[in-house]
Amino acid sequence: MCLGIPGKLVELRQQDELMMGKVEFGGIVKEVCMAYLPEAEVGDYVLVHVGFAISRIDESEAEEIFRYVDEIEQLSGDADEPPALRAAEMHGEGDGS
Amino acid sequence: MKYLSEYRQPAAVQRCVAGIHRLVTRSWNLMEICGGQTHTIVRFGLDAMLPSRVRMIHGPGCPVCVTPVEMLDKAIRIASRPEVIFCSFGDMLRVPGSERDLLAVKSAGGDVRVVYSPLDAVKLAARRPERQVVFFAIGFETTAPANAMAVLHAERLGLENFTCLVSHVLVPPAMQAVLGSPQNTVHGFLAAGHVCAVMGTQQYEPLVRQFHTPVVVTGFEPLDLLQGISMCLRQLEQGRSELEIQYRRVVRPEGNRLAQEQLRRVFTTVSRKWRGIGEIPASGWALSEAYARFDAEQRFDVRDVVAEESSECFAGEVLQGHRLPVECPAFGSRCTPEHPLGAPMVSGEGACAAYYRYRRQPV
Repeated sequence: MCLGIPGKLVELRQQDELMMGKVEFGGIVKEVCMAYLPEAEVGDYVLVHVGFAISRIDESEAEEIFRYVDEIEQLSGDADEPPALRAAEMHGEGDGS
Repeated sequence: MKYLSEYRQPAAVQRCVAGIHRLVTRSWNLMEICGGQTHTIVRFGLDAMLPSRVRMIHGPGCPVCVTPVEMLDKAIRIASRPEVIFCSFGDMLRVPGSERDLLAVKSAGGDVRVVYSPLDAVKLAARRPERQVVFFAIGFETTAPANAMAVLHAERLGLENFTCLVSHVLVPPAMQAVLGSPQNTVHGFLAAGHVCAVMGTQQYEPLVRQFHTPVVVTGFEPLDLLQGISMCLRQLEQGRSELEIQYRRVVRPEGNRLAQEQLRRVFTTVSRKWRGIGEIPASGWALSEAYARFDAEQRFDVRDVVAEESSECFAGEVLQGHRLPVECPAFGSRCTPEHPLGAPMVSGEGACAAYYRYRRQPV
Protein backbone atom coordinates (compact mmCIF):
# COMPACT_ATOMS: atom_id res chain seq x y z
CA MET A 1 0.00 0.00 0.00
CA CYS A 2 2.80 2.43 0.86
CA LEU A 3 4.53 1.27 -2.28
CA GLY A 4 6.70 4.06 -3.65
CA ILE A 5 8.53 3.90 -6.94
CA PRO A 6 11.53 6.03 -7.92
CA GLY A 7 11.35 7.64 -11.33
CA LYS A 8 12.85 10.48 -13.35
CA LEU A 9 10.90 13.71 -13.75
CA VAL A 10 10.83 14.49 -17.48
CA GLU A 11 8.19 17.22 -17.76
CA LEU A 12 6.47 19.81 -15.56
CA ARG A 13 3.32 21.79 -16.23
CA GLN A 14 0.37 23.49 -14.58
CA GLN A 15 -3.02 21.85 -15.17
CA ASP A 16 -6.38 22.77 -13.56
CA GLU A 17 -4.42 24.86 -11.04
CA LEU A 18 -2.41 21.79 -10.05
CA MET A 19 1.31 21.31 -10.59
CA MET A 20 1.57 18.12 -12.66
CA GLY A 21 4.52 16.29 -14.17
CA LYS A 22 5.51 13.30 -16.24
CA VAL A 23 7.73 10.75 -14.56
CA GLU A 24 9.56 7.95 -16.32
CA PHE A 25 9.89 4.57 -14.63
CA GLY A 26 12.29 2.39 -16.63
CA GLY A 27 10.73 3.42 -19.96
CA ILE A 28 7.13 3.80 -18.80
CA VAL A 29 5.91 7.40 -18.46
CA LYS A 30 3.11 8.31 -16.04
CA GLU A 31 1.24 11.46 -15.04
CA VAL A 32 2.21 12.49 -11.53
CA CYS A 33 0.94 15.26 -9.26
CA MET A 34 3.89 17.44 -8.20
CA ALA A 35 1.97 19.72 -5.82
CA TYR A 36 3.85 18.44 -2.76
CA LEU A 37 7.26 18.79 -4.38
CA PRO A 38 7.31 22.20 -6.08
CA GLU A 39 11.10 22.43 -5.76
CA ALA A 40 11.68 19.41 -8.03
CA GLU A 41 13.23 20.10 -11.43
CA VAL A 42 13.15 18.19 -14.68
CA GLY A 43 15.90 15.56 -14.49
CA ASP A 44 15.46 14.95 -10.75
CA TYR A 45 14.58 11.51 -9.46
CA VAL A 46 11.45 11.54 -7.32
CA LEU A 47 9.60 8.96 -5.25
CA VAL A 48 6.03 8.43 -6.46
CA HIS A 49 3.15 7.01 -4.44
CA VAL A 50 -0.43 6.66 -5.83
CA GLY A 51 0.30 9.25 -8.50
CA PHE A 52 1.93 11.80 -6.17
CA ALA A 53 5.60 12.71 -5.84
CA ILE A 54 6.32 12.77 -2.10
CA SER A 55 10.10 13.06 -1.92
CA ARG A 56 13.12 13.96 -4.03
CA ILE A 57 15.79 11.28 -4.13
CA ASP A 58 19.12 12.53 -2.82
CA GLU A 59 21.79 11.25 -5.21
CA SER A 60 24.65 11.73 -2.76
CA GLU A 61 22.88 9.73 -0.04
CA ALA A 62 21.97 7.00 -2.51
CA GLU A 63 25.59 5.78 -2.60
CA GLU A 64 26.04 5.88 1.18
CA ILE A 65 24.67 2.36 1.62
CA PHE A 66 27.60 0.84 -0.26
CA ARG A 67 30.10 2.55 2.06
CA TYR A 68 28.13 1.10 4.97
CA VAL A 69 28.39 -2.39 3.48
CA ASP A 70 32.19 -1.94 3.30
CA GLU A 71 32.20 -0.84 6.93
CA ILE A 72 30.02 -3.63 8.27
CA GLU A 73 32.03 -6.20 6.36
CA GLN A 74 35.14 -5.13 8.28
CA LEU A 75 33.50 -5.94 11.62
CA SER A 76 35.13 -8.78 13.47
CA GLY A 77 33.18 -11.06 15.73
CA ASP A 78 32.54 -14.62 16.73
CA ALA A 79 29.03 -15.17 15.46
CA ASP A 80 27.60 -17.89 13.21
CA GLU A 81 28.63 -18.44 9.60
CA PRO A 82 26.09 -17.03 7.15
CA PRO A 83 24.16 -19.48 4.97
CA ALA A 84 24.83 -19.49 1.25
CA LEU A 85 22.84 -16.83 -0.53
CA ARG A 86 20.22 -17.89 -2.98
CA ALA A 87 21.75 -15.50 -5.48
CA ALA A 88 19.40 -16.28 -8.34
CA GLU A 89 16.50 -15.00 -6.29
CA MET A 90 18.01 -11.56 -5.92
CA HIS A 91 17.97 -10.83 -9.62
CA GLY A 92 15.35 -9.08 -11.60
CA GLU A 93 13.34 -5.92 -11.48
CA GLY A 94 10.02 -6.18 -9.86
CA ASP A 95 7.33 -4.40 -8.00
CA GLY A 96 9.82 -2.40 -5.99
CA SER A 97 7.66 -2.77 -2.94
CA MET B 1 15.84 0.50 -12.96
CA LYS B 2 17.85 3.24 -11.27
CA TYR B 3 17.46 3.31 -7.47
CA LEU B 4 15.99 -0.19 -7.47
CA SER B 5 18.33 -2.75 -9.03
CA GLU B 6 21.50 -1.54 -7.32
CA TYR B 7 19.89 -2.31 -3.97
CA ARG B 8 19.36 -5.92 -4.99
CA GLN B 9 22.95 -6.79 -5.92
CA PRO B 10 23.68 -10.29 -4.62
CA ALA B 11 27.34 -9.54 -3.79
CA ALA B 12 26.49 -6.50 -1.63
CA VAL B 13 23.64 -8.41 0.01
CA GLN B 14 26.00 -11.30 0.81
CA ARG B 15 28.58 -8.95 2.34
CA CYS B 16 25.97 -7.21 4.45
CA VAL B 17 24.61 -10.55 5.67
CA ALA B 18 28.14 -11.66 6.59
CA GLY B 19 28.62 -8.46 8.60
CA ILE B 20 25.36 -9.04 10.47
CA HIS B 21 26.46 -12.57 11.38
CA ARG B 22 29.66 -11.17 12.87
CA LEU B 23 27.98 -8.57 15.02
CA VAL B 24 25.26 -10.66 16.68
CA THR B 25 26.06 -12.30 20.02
CA ARG B 26 22.60 -12.55 21.60
CA SER B 27 18.96 -13.24 20.68
CA TRP B 28 16.95 -10.33 19.32
CA ASN B 29 13.45 -9.84 17.93
CA LEU B 30 12.98 -7.05 15.40
CA MET B 31 9.66 -5.88 14.00
CA GLU B 32 9.33 -4.38 10.53
CA ILE B 33 6.24 -2.25 10.69
CA CYS B 34 5.33 -1.97 7.02
CA GLY B 35 3.70 -4.66 4.90
CA GLY B 36 5.86 -3.66 1.92
CA GLN B 37 8.93 -4.48 3.99
CA THR B 38 7.37 -7.80 5.07
CA HIS B 39 6.98 -8.71 1.40
CA THR B 40 10.61 -7.91 0.56
CA ILE B 41 11.78 -9.95 3.56
CA VAL B 42 9.67 -13.01 2.72
CA ARG B 43 10.04 -12.75 -1.06
CA PHE B 44 13.85 -12.56 -0.99
CA GLY B 45 14.17 -14.87 2.02
CA LEU B 46 16.11 -12.23 3.98
CA ASP B 47 14.95 -13.62 7.33
CA ALA B 48 16.39 -17.02 6.42
CA MET B 49 19.82 -15.44 5.77
CA LEU B 50 19.96 -13.84 9.23
CA PRO B 51 21.61 -15.48 12.24
CA SER B 52 19.22 -17.94 13.89
CA ARG B 53 19.21 -15.73 16.99
CA VAL B 54 17.58 -12.88 15.08
CA ARG B 55 13.83 -13.18 14.55
CA MET B 56 11.84 -10.87 12.28
CA ILE B 57 8.32 -10.22 13.54
CA HIS B 58 5.87 -8.85 10.98
CA GLY B 59 3.98 -5.76 12.10
CA PRO B 60 0.52 -4.30 11.49
CA GLY B 61 1.58 -1.96 8.66
CA CYS B 62 -0.91 -3.03 6.02
CA PRO B 63 -3.78 -0.52 5.83
CA VAL B 64 -5.97 -2.88 3.82
CA CYS B 65 -5.54 -5.50 6.55
CA VAL B 66 -6.41 -3.24 9.46
CA THR B 67 -9.42 -1.49 7.89
CA PRO B 68 -12.26 -2.62 10.19
CA VAL B 69 -14.98 -4.87 8.86
CA GLU B 70 -17.69 -2.27 9.51
CA MET B 71 -15.86 0.19 7.27
CA LEU B 72 -16.06 -2.47 4.55
CA ASP B 73 -19.76 -2.87 5.26
CA LYS B 74 -20.22 0.89 4.95
CA ALA B 75 -18.34 0.85 1.64
CA ILE B 76 -20.50 -2.03 0.41
CA ARG B 77 -23.70 -0.27 1.42
CA ILE B 78 -22.68 2.96 -0.33
CA ALA B 79 -21.36 1.17 -3.44
CA SER B 80 -24.68 -0.68 -3.80
CA ARG B 81 -26.62 2.56 -4.33
CA PRO B 82 -27.64 3.11 -7.94
CA GLU B 83 -26.50 6.76 -8.12
CA VAL B 84 -23.00 5.97 -6.84
CA ILE B 85 -19.74 5.34 -8.67
CA PHE B 86 -17.53 3.83 -5.98
CA CYS B 87 -13.78 4.24 -6.53
CA SER B 88 -11.14 2.34 -4.62
CA PHE B 89 -7.56 1.14 -4.71
CA GLY B 90 -7.67 -2.39 -6.15
CA ASP B 91 -6.62 -4.13 -2.94
CA MET B 92 -9.86 -3.32 -1.15
CA LEU B 93 -12.20 -5.06 -3.60
CA ARG B 94 -11.60 -8.60 -2.35
CA VAL B 95 -11.47 -7.87 1.37
CA PRO B 96 -14.40 -9.65 3.01
CA GLY B 97 -17.02 -7.52 4.74
CA SER B 98 -19.32 -9.26 7.18
CA GLU B 99 -21.40 -10.74 4.35
CA ARG B 100 -19.73 -10.00 1.03
CA ASP B 101 -17.00 -7.93 -0.62
CA LEU B 102 -16.94 -4.98 -3.04
CA LEU B 103 -16.27 -7.29 -5.95
CA ALA B 104 -19.59 -9.00 -5.24
CA VAL B 105 -21.28 -5.59 -5.39
CA LYS B 106 -19.65 -5.05 -8.78
CA SER B 107 -20.77 -8.43 -10.12
CA ALA B 108 -24.30 -7.66 -8.92
CA GLY B 109 -24.26 -4.58 -11.16
CA GLY B 110 -22.82 -1.96 -8.82
CA ASP B 111 -20.53 0.65 -10.37
CA VAL B 112 -17.30 -0.13 -8.53
CA ARG B 113 -14.07 1.06 -10.13
CA VAL B 114 -10.39 0.68 -9.37
CA VAL B 115 -8.35 3.88 -9.55
CA TYR B 116 -4.58 4.35 -9.49
CA SER B 117 -4.65 7.84 -8.01
CA PRO B 118 -7.32 9.59 -5.90
CA LEU B 119 -7.21 12.41 -8.46
CA ASP B 120 -8.67 9.97 -11.01
CA ALA B 121 -11.81 9.81 -8.86
CA VAL B 122 -12.02 13.62 -8.78
CA LYS B 123 -11.68 13.75 -12.58
CA LEU B 124 -14.46 11.20 -12.88
CA ALA B 125 -16.69 13.31 -10.62
CA ALA B 126 -16.02 16.35 -12.81
CA ARG B 127 -16.95 14.37 -15.94
CA ARG B 128 -20.08 12.77 -14.45
CA PRO B 129 -21.97 15.50 -12.57
CA GLU B 130 -25.18 13.42 -12.61
CA ARG B 131 -23.57 10.68 -10.48
CA GLN B 132 -22.24 10.61 -6.91
CA VAL B 133 -18.56 9.67 -6.94
CA VAL B 134 -17.25 8.20 -3.68
CA PHE B 135 -13.58 7.49 -3.07
CA PHE B 136 -12.51 4.93 -0.45
CA ALA B 137 -9.74 6.91 1.26
CA ILE B 138 -7.71 4.36 3.16
CA GLY B 139 -4.02 4.18 3.95
CA PHE B 140 -1.29 5.30 6.30
CA GLU B 141 0.42 8.69 6.40
CA THR B 142 2.05 7.96 3.03
CA THR B 143 -1.28 7.88 1.20
CA ALA B 144 -3.11 10.55 3.17
CA PRO B 145 -1.53 13.54 1.34
CA ALA B 146 -2.84 12.22 -1.99
CA ASN B 147 -6.31 11.76 -0.51
CA ALA B 148 -6.16 15.23 1.09
CA MET B 149 -5.24 16.72 -2.29
CA ALA B 150 -8.23 14.98 -3.90
CA VAL B 151 -10.53 16.72 -1.40
CA LEU B 152 -8.79 20.08 -1.90
CA HIS B 153 -8.95 19.72 -5.68
CA ALA B 154 -12.65 18.80 -5.58
CA GLU B 155 -13.21 21.94 -3.48
CA ARG B 156 -11.23 24.05 -5.96
CA LEU B 157 -13.31 22.68 -8.86
CA GLY B 158 -16.51 23.33 -6.90
CA LEU B 159 -17.62 19.69 -7.15
CA GLU B 160 -20.69 18.76 -5.13
CA ASN B 161 -20.85 15.12 -6.22
CA PHE B 162 -17.52 13.98 -4.74
CA THR B 163 -17.12 12.50 -1.25
CA CYS B 164 -14.62 10.27 0.55
CA LEU B 165 -15.16 7.33 2.84
CA VAL B 166 -12.17 8.01 5.08
CA SER B 167 -10.44 5.30 7.09
CA HIS B 168 -6.91 6.58 7.61
CA VAL B 169 -4.65 4.97 10.19
CA LEU B 170 -1.40 6.19 11.75
CA VAL B 171 1.81 4.29 12.42
CA PRO B 172 3.21 5.71 15.71
CA PRO B 173 0.12 4.85 17.83
CA ALA B 174 0.26 1.28 16.47
CA MET B 175 3.93 1.01 17.47
CA GLN B 176 3.00 2.38 20.87
CA ALA B 177 0.29 -0.31 21.17
CA VAL B 178 2.75 -3.08 20.24
CA LEU B 179 5.43 -1.88 22.66
CA GLY B 180 2.93 -1.24 25.45
CA SER B 181 1.33 -4.69 25.18
CA PRO B 182 2.13 -7.08 28.06
CA GLN B 183 2.80 -9.74 25.41
CA ASN B 184 5.40 -7.62 23.63
CA THR B 185 8.60 -9.40 22.59
CA VAL B 186 9.95 -6.73 20.20
CA HIS B 187 13.44 -5.38 21.00
CA GLY B 188 13.87 -3.07 18.02
CA PHE B 189 11.82 -1.52 15.23
CA LEU B 190 12.32 -0.88 11.56
CA ALA B 191 10.05 2.11 10.94
CA ALA B 192 8.31 2.59 7.60
CA GLY B 193 10.41 4.73 5.25
CA HIS B 194 7.64 6.17 3.11
CA VAL B 195 5.48 7.15 6.07
CA CYS B 196 8.50 9.08 7.38
CA ALA B 197 9.15 10.65 3.96
CA VAL B 198 5.85 12.45 4.56
CA MET B 199 5.74 12.90 8.34
CA GLY B 200 9.43 13.16 9.19
CA THR B 201 10.98 11.29 12.08
CA GLN B 202 10.40 13.41 15.23
CA GLN B 203 7.22 11.50 16.12
CA TYR B 204 9.34 8.45 16.97
CA GLU B 205 11.61 10.13 19.55
CA PRO B 206 9.08 9.71 22.42
CA LEU B 207 8.70 5.98 21.61
CA VAL B 208 12.47 5.49 21.66
CA ARG B 209 12.73 7.29 25.01
CA GLN B 210 9.69 5.74 26.67
CA PHE B 211 10.44 2.13 25.76
CA HIS B 212 14.26 2.28 25.35
CA THR B 213 13.77 0.66 21.98
CA PRO B 214 15.90 1.41 18.90
CA VAL B 215 13.93 2.64 15.88
CA VAL B 216 15.60 2.65 12.46
CA VAL B 217 13.69 4.31 9.61
CA THR B 218 14.21 1.85 6.78
CA GLY B 219 13.62 1.50 3.03
CA PHE B 220 12.12 -1.31 1.00
CA GLU B 221 14.81 -2.99 -1.10
CA PRO B 222 16.78 -6.03 0.15
CA LEU B 223 19.91 -3.99 0.87
CA ASP B 224 17.90 -1.26 2.61
CA LEU B 225 16.33 -3.83 4.90
CA LEU B 226 19.61 -5.54 5.69
CA GLN B 227 21.26 -2.21 6.47
CA GLY B 228 18.29 -1.23 8.67
CA ILE B 229 18.45 -4.60 10.44
CA SER B 230 22.17 -4.30 11.04
CA MET B 231 21.88 -0.71 12.34
CA CYS B 232 19.17 -1.86 14.73
CA LEU B 233 21.19 -4.91 15.87
CA ARG B 234 24.29 -2.79 16.39
CA GLN B 235 22.35 -0.51 18.72
CA LEU B 236 20.98 -3.49 20.64
CA GLU B 237 24.38 -5.18 20.93
CA GLN B 238 25.91 -1.91 22.18
CA GLY B 239 23.07 -1.24 24.64
CA ARG B 240 21.93 1.90 22.81
CA SER B 241 18.40 2.96 21.92
CA GLU B 242 18.30 5.75 19.35
CA LEU B 243 16.34 6.96 16.39
CA GLU B 244 18.35 6.45 13.19
CA ILE B 245 17.57 6.85 9.51
CA GLN B 246 18.77 4.17 7.11
CA TYR B 247 16.67 5.41 4.16
CA ARG B 248 18.46 8.74 3.81
CA ARG B 249 18.10 9.02 0.08
CA VAL B 250 14.34 9.52 0.55
CA VAL B 251 13.67 10.51 4.19
CA ARG B 252 14.55 13.92 5.69
CA PRO B 253 14.08 14.37 9.46
CA GLU B 254 11.53 17.14 8.85
CA GLY B 255 9.54 15.12 6.27
CA ASN B 256 7.47 16.82 3.58
CA ARG B 257 6.27 20.05 5.23
CA LEU B 258 3.88 21.03 2.43
CA ALA B 259 2.12 17.69 2.70
CA GLN B 260 1.93 17.97 6.51
CA GLU B 261 0.33 21.42 6.18
CA GLN B 262 -2.44 20.13 3.92
CA LEU B 263 -2.97 17.09 6.13
CA ARG B 264 -3.56 19.38 9.12
CA ARG B 265 -6.06 21.36 7.05
CA VAL B 266 -8.11 18.47 5.74
CA PHE B 267 -7.96 15.88 8.53
CA THR B 268 -8.42 15.68 12.26
CA THR B 269 -7.05 12.99 14.60
CA VAL B 270 -9.58 10.42 15.79
CA SER B 271 -9.67 7.13 17.63
CA ARG B 272 -9.80 4.19 15.18
CA LYS B 273 -10.70 0.55 15.37
CA TRP B 274 -8.02 -1.68 13.77
CA ARG B 275 -9.26 -4.91 12.28
CA GLY B 276 -8.11 -7.81 14.41
CA ILE B 277 -6.56 -5.51 17.03
CA GLY B 278 -9.33 -3.28 18.37
CA GLU B 279 -9.61 0.37 19.21
CA ILE B 280 -6.38 2.41 19.41
CA PRO B 281 -6.75 5.97 20.74
CA ALA B 282 -5.72 8.84 18.42
CA SER B 283 -4.65 6.33 15.76
CA GLY B 284 -6.40 7.69 12.69
CA TRP B 285 -7.52 10.64 10.66
CA ALA B 286 -11.04 11.65 9.64
CA LEU B 287 -12.14 14.71 7.65
CA SER B 288 -11.97 17.90 9.70
CA GLU B 289 -15.02 20.02 10.46
CA ALA B 290 -14.15 22.36 7.58
CA TYR B 291 -14.30 19.49 5.05
CA ALA B 292 -17.18 17.53 6.59
CA ARG B 293 -19.26 18.13 3.44
CA PHE B 294 -16.91 15.72 1.63
CA ASP B 295 -17.63 12.95 4.15
CA ALA B 296 -19.41 10.00 2.51
CA GLU B 297 -20.42 8.59 5.91
CA GLN B 298 -22.51 11.71 6.51
CA ARG B 299 -23.86 12.06 2.98
CA PHE B 300 -25.05 8.47 2.78
CA ASP B 301 -25.89 8.13 6.46
CA VAL B 302 -23.94 4.97 7.22
CA ARG B 303 -22.44 6.16 10.52
CA ASP B 304 -24.40 3.63 12.60
CA VAL B 305 -23.20 0.47 10.76
CA VAL B 306 -21.59 -2.03 13.15
CA ALA B 307 -20.24 -5.51 12.40
CA GLU B 308 -18.36 -8.42 13.95
CA GLU B 309 -15.26 -10.07 12.53
CA SER B 310 -14.97 -13.71 11.50
CA SER B 311 -14.07 -15.72 14.57
CA GLU B 312 -12.05 -18.27 12.59
CA CYS B 313 -9.46 -15.74 11.37
CA PHE B 314 -6.69 -14.88 13.84
CA ALA B 315 -5.44 -11.96 11.79
CA GLY B 316 -5.16 -9.88 14.95
CA GLU B 317 -2.53 -12.24 16.32
CA VAL B 318 -0.63 -12.11 13.02
CA LEU B 319 -0.90 -8.32 12.78
CA GLN B 320 0.54 -7.89 16.26
CA GLY B 321 3.36 -10.31 15.57
CA HIS B 322 2.23 -12.91 18.12
CA ARG B 323 1.76 -15.72 15.59
CA LEU B 324 2.93 -16.57 12.07
CA PRO B 325 0.42 -17.03 9.21
CA VAL B 326 1.46 -20.68 8.78
CA GLU B 327 0.35 -21.40 12.36
CA CYS B 328 -3.28 -20.77 11.37
CA PRO B 329 -5.28 -23.99 10.82
CA ALA B 330 -7.15 -22.34 7.93
CA PHE B 331 -3.96 -21.11 6.18
CA GLY B 332 -3.75 -22.34 2.59
CA SER B 333 -6.84 -24.56 2.96
CA ARG B 334 -10.02 -22.73 4.01
CA CYS B 335 -8.22 -19.39 3.60
CA THR B 336 -6.46 -18.56 0.32
CA PRO B 337 -6.09 -15.36 -1.73
CA GLU B 338 -9.03 -16.55 -3.88
CA HIS B 339 -11.24 -17.26 -0.86
CA PRO B 340 -9.87 -15.20 2.01
CA LEU B 341 -11.25 -15.36 5.54
CA GLY B 342 -9.32 -12.27 6.56
CA ALA B 343 -7.72 -9.22 5.03
CA PRO B 344 -4.02 -10.19 5.44
CA MET B 345 -4.62 -12.98 2.91
CA VAL B 346 -6.06 -10.53 0.36
CA SER B 347 -3.79 -7.56 0.36
CA GLY B 348 -0.65 -7.51 -1.75
CA GLU B 349 1.06 -6.55 1.48
CA GLY B 350 -0.64 -8.78 4.02
CA ALA B 351 1.64 -11.17 5.89
CA CYS B 352 -0.64 -14.16 5.11
CA ALA B 353 -0.54 -13.40 1.37
CA ALA B 354 3.27 -13.08 1.49
CA TYR B 355 3.61 -16.49 3.16
CA TYR B 356 1.06 -18.03 0.79
CA ARG B 357 2.88 -16.69 -2.25
CA TYR B 358 6.48 -17.31 -1.27
CA ARG B 359 6.54 -19.76 1.61
CA ARG B 360 3.77 -22.27 2.12
CA GLN B 361 6.14 -24.51 4.06
CA PRO B 362 7.98 -23.17 7.10
CA VAL B 363 11.73 -22.67 6.44
